[in-house]
Amino acid sequence: MKMSKIILGALAMSALLGASPSFAAEAVAVKREPWTFAGIFGTYDRNQLQRGFQVFREVCASCHGANLMAFRNLAEPGGPEFSEAQVKALAAEYEIVDPAAEGGKRPGILADRWPGTGQSEADQVAAFGIVPPDFSVLAKARGTPQSFPWFILNYFPGTAYAEGGPDYIHALLTGYEEEVPADIKNADGTPFTLPEGKYFNEYFPGHAIGMPSPMTDGQVVYAAAEDGSTVPQTVDQYSRDVSAFMMWMAEPHLVARKQAGLQVMLFLVLFAGLLYAVKRRVWSKIEH
Amino acid sequence: MSSHESSYVPGSAVEKWLDDRLPIIRWGKTHMMDFPTPKNLNYWWTFGAILAFMLVVQIITGIILAMHYTPQVDLAFNSVEHIRRDVNGGRIIQATHAVGASMFFAAVYIHMFRGLFFGSYKQPREVLWILGVLIFVLMVTTAFMGYVLPWGQMSYWAATVITEIVGAVPVVGNPILQLLRGGFGVDNATLNRFFSLHYLLPFVIAAVVALHIWALHVPGNNNPVGVEVKSSRDTVPFHPYYTLKDLFAIVVFCIPFAWFVFFLPDILGHADNYIMANSQVTPAHIVPEWYFLPFYAILRAIDFGILFLDSKLLGVLFFAGSIVVLFFVPWLDTSKVRSGSFRPIFKWFYGLFVVNFIMLAYLGASAADGVVLGISVADFSKICTAYYFAYFLVVLPLLGRFERTKPLPTSISEPVLAPAAAE
Repeated sequence: MKMSKIILGALAMSALLGASPSFAAEAVAVKREPWTFAGIFGTYDRNQLQRGFQVFREVCASCHGANLMAFRNLAEPGGPEFSEAQVKALAAEYEIVDPAAEGGKRPGILADRWPGTGQSEADQVAAFGIVPPDFSVLAKARGTPQSFPWFILNYFPGTAYAEGGPDYIHALLTGYEEEVPADIKNADGTPFTLPEGKYFNEYFPGHAIGMPSPMTDGQVVYAAAEDGSTVPQTVDQYSRDVSAFMMWMAEPHLVARKQAGLQVMLFLVLFAGLLYAVKRRVWSKIEH
Repeated sequence: MSSHESSYVPGSAVEKWLDDRLPIIRWGKTHMMDFPTPKNLNYWWTFGAILAFMLVVQIITGIILAMHYTPQVDLAFNSVEHIRRDVNGGRIIQATHAVGASMFFAAVYIHMFRGLFFGSYKQPREVLWILGVLIFVLMVTTAFMGYVLPWGQMSYWAATVITEIVGAVPVVGNPILQLLRGGFGVDNATLNRFFSLHYLLPFVIAAVVALHIWALHVPGNNNPVGVEVKSSRDTVPFHPYYTLKDLFAIVVFCIPFAWFVFFLPDILGHADNYIMANSQVTPAHIVPEWYFLPFYAILRAIDFGILFLDSKLLGVLFFAGSIVVLFFVPWLDTSKVRSGSFRPIFKWFYGLFVVNFIMLAYLGASAADGVVLGISVADFSKICTAYYFAYFLVVLPLLGRFERTKPLPTSISEPVLAPAAAE
């Protein structure tokens, strides 16, 4: 009787909590990728983050900023884990605007934030029509629509899903088409026509994206990993790597958070068990 | 405050000295330890303690967050990220506060639905119930203002849409709207006053909670049977019986709480809130936090006007009415029997009310022009809104007259000691 009530309570609560599906305008559901950072034991793949950083730096960073990422983050545990010497050398390659420095500029240090694209916002608006979005938390600002009623599964252990952002970014980067596919229609059934200066992307809401396909196969040359392993130098792989890197940028402490979570959950379950035993013992003298 | 005698005997000279001047230990012993509590309370009754716990969690995490947060439109968004990235333990404190709001509302809804099922609002607990509804209204206000503080896209647009509700009130609406926003639009002045009020209101809640508990300690707890306590045989002292049971429930409640904090800290929010507020770009769908969705659905359901009332004002009236009606439940329910367990027809209407409420939440999250289960969201919302009000204004008043209730046990101990006799 009591147990069934507890289960009912849990169900009622999950139903209440589960009542907020995320809807996106005209968004297309994307394929779920097997990310290493998914799940309760998820960790970032260090090599992947290092490759992703390379893609970000060589391709994305010329137009997109990342104003919340500091150079020091790149050397922190749970991230790309470059050595401190590597990151120091990297930071020194950039000029940081600092009114206190002689001449108003100085080489970057570990504590500096990512210096941005080097273009002013006004220049960017002149060149692109908008300021290209900052990447710092972009992976958490994007998602993918979930169908009713299965979105409820996203909330539970085992079927939890919090990787909609990187999945969307990966889909977007690999979702460009040279020609508008014939089966794409407007809401009123007329064939879809691409506005001037836009590019067709299957996964972008509305399909007309301002950013041209940013990468081509072989564009970024990866060095072999420490153990000698290599990955294909394709758009699909670049996109996977940079999506993972962007997730790390948005959530640099994800690994530490999940590890702490496991300990907290274990403690709570054990503590609850002990309390239940004590409670039963105390109540055993009462007829109820 | 209550009729029973205190069993407190000062254990030392110092305690005796204090007891003659400020009997605070006596008060604590009477109200937090000896307080006679019905012995048949089930786990639905533990949500009172869970809510008290959640209020403390929110206040403590909130005070720490306020040390690192900057209420300024250009800095607020990044200051929240600064807390998540650079403040020691910040990501856990911030996630606890944000997820905590959801857990707080999950608990308060269960607490309120428990009261509605077991008739906890009925004589002599009307004031207790009214204070509870008042706490709920304060919680809604506090949570809404708190959601604006991270200054993301959803923060900004929710603030814009929800404050506009006030503007729909004739004559005084616009001046109040401007006072609320501190200007013609949602801007820095709005953020500043919302931050100030978001810090103030939890302490007002704490004060009303104190009254709520006082109003509980005068008539004592209702219980699942709904029969008043007849003798000391029906009760146990609050400590250790309910302190332990509540503590166990709180720890169990912390398991899903921790699950969200550590593994899915963003799933209860909206991805758009990771985009900094931009008054020039309207999000595709402006969706409030999940715990406001049922009431948001009621607001949206009214897309028609009646006589001189246009659809906007009428929507606001229904929206406000959906909460105001709760204050009158003690008088709307005419049944003499408290517990839904002894009301065979009530059970069905109540069950439908719960499903209806969850459905309203789902409709509130759906696109206004969408279709759910083959019915347009607009029509479905109207049906659910109609049942929401019909439950309080038609079902509860009439059911008390026509329903044939099951026989009640003579006392709390009767079904406990002789289960067969209760059937």
